[in-house]
Amino acid sequence: MRLLADLFLLVGAAFTLLGALGLVRMPDVYNRIQAGTKAVTLGALSLILGIGLLYPQWWSKLLVISLLILVTNPLGSSTIARALLMAGVAPWKKAEAKTPQESET
Amino acid sequence: MTLTLLEIIALAMLGIAVLLSLFRLILGPAAPDRVVAADTLSVITTSGLVVLAAFLGSPLYLDVALIYGTLAFVGVVAIARAIEGNGS
Amino acid sequence: MNTPIRETSDGTLAHGVFLFLLLLTLWLLLAGSLDPAELVAGATVSLVVTMISRPHLAIFTGLKLTPAAIPPFLSYLGLFMVELVRANLDMARRVLTPSLPLQPALVEVKTELQSPLGRLILANSITLTPGTLTVDVQEDRLLIHWVEVPPDLDSEKIAQAITQKFERHLKGFVK
Repeated sequence: MRLLADLFLLVGAAFTLLGALGLVRMPDVYNRIQAGTKAVTLGALSLILGIGLLYPQWWSKLLVISLLILVTNPLGSSTIARALLMAGVAPWKKAEAKTPQESET
Repeated sequence: MTLTLLEIIALAMLGIAVLLSLFRLILGPAAPDRVVAADTLSVITTSGLVVLAAFLGSPLYLDVALIYGTLAFVGVVAIARAIEGNGS
Repeated sequence: MNTPIRETSDGTLAHGVFLFLLLLTLWLLLAGSLDPAELVAGATVSLVVTMISRPHLAIFTGLKLTPAAIPPFLSYLGLFMVELVRANLDMARRVLTPSLPLQPALVEVKTELQSPLGRLILANSITLTPGTLTVDVQEDRLLIHWVEVPPDLDSEKIAQAITQKFERHLKGFVK
């Protein structure tokens, strides 16, 4: 049981790390939102599941926390994205986007 | 509770994730990037608090995580509204 | 006589009961016990909050509160979890590829869902699926930021397909 829990914790931490890495690597703010939201949401759920396996008696509160993250995180990201678009932040485009044939280079 | 090797690795990865988000938060370059970084950081913190609760063996931290997550969401929406207002 | 529990434009009695049960469940989950004292306290607080929220109950009118709504709801949850995991594997691949395979664009799609609640759930689902992020919802159109738009194909059509995949299940329990 401990091993299974640890595996979920490890996967959760790995996705969280990937999300943060995406936050640093992505070229513009919209892509950063994408990386940040998705990876961190699943990472958080996996971490919480791992903790739930370690402490099954905490299940009810852990469930509420997962629901909270699942509902608020995408909503928050969409709200930011919408605000940015309204404030006039244009999405980044790859330089060679007009000629898809050359985009392989 | 004593931590297993896997748990220590998981904690280290979480720590690096927090550092990377902080990196983006400090570097920017613009305000929107900082908001996104803060939003991501808040979710990492929420799950981090849950992990902390387990490793310290105290369910009190779960309540902290719950309130923190709720307030972070409200804060993000408030900041988003402010950015929206500054636009055209 | 104008009884307060009559159906109004604010939402029906059923929606009030739904909110009450939702709040009571949340209370009991947070309390973590089924003690009579907790039940009484939770029921009182939930009732007060439901009463205060009466003018805002209209948001729940999008829900179909029938037993027939349960299977689509469950199949939607299943689809959602699968998509969430796929989205993360996809994002992990992109982040770890040194050349950052990105071809972002904004795509507009139409939804057939009528209620604000239905559109909210759809927008949230799209944000957590592979490569897409809902930027704005205006009337029945969703503005989606897409990480990698396929160059040759009709991107609008593919985006429409993503939306319809969720809509098929969502239509079962929201309007």
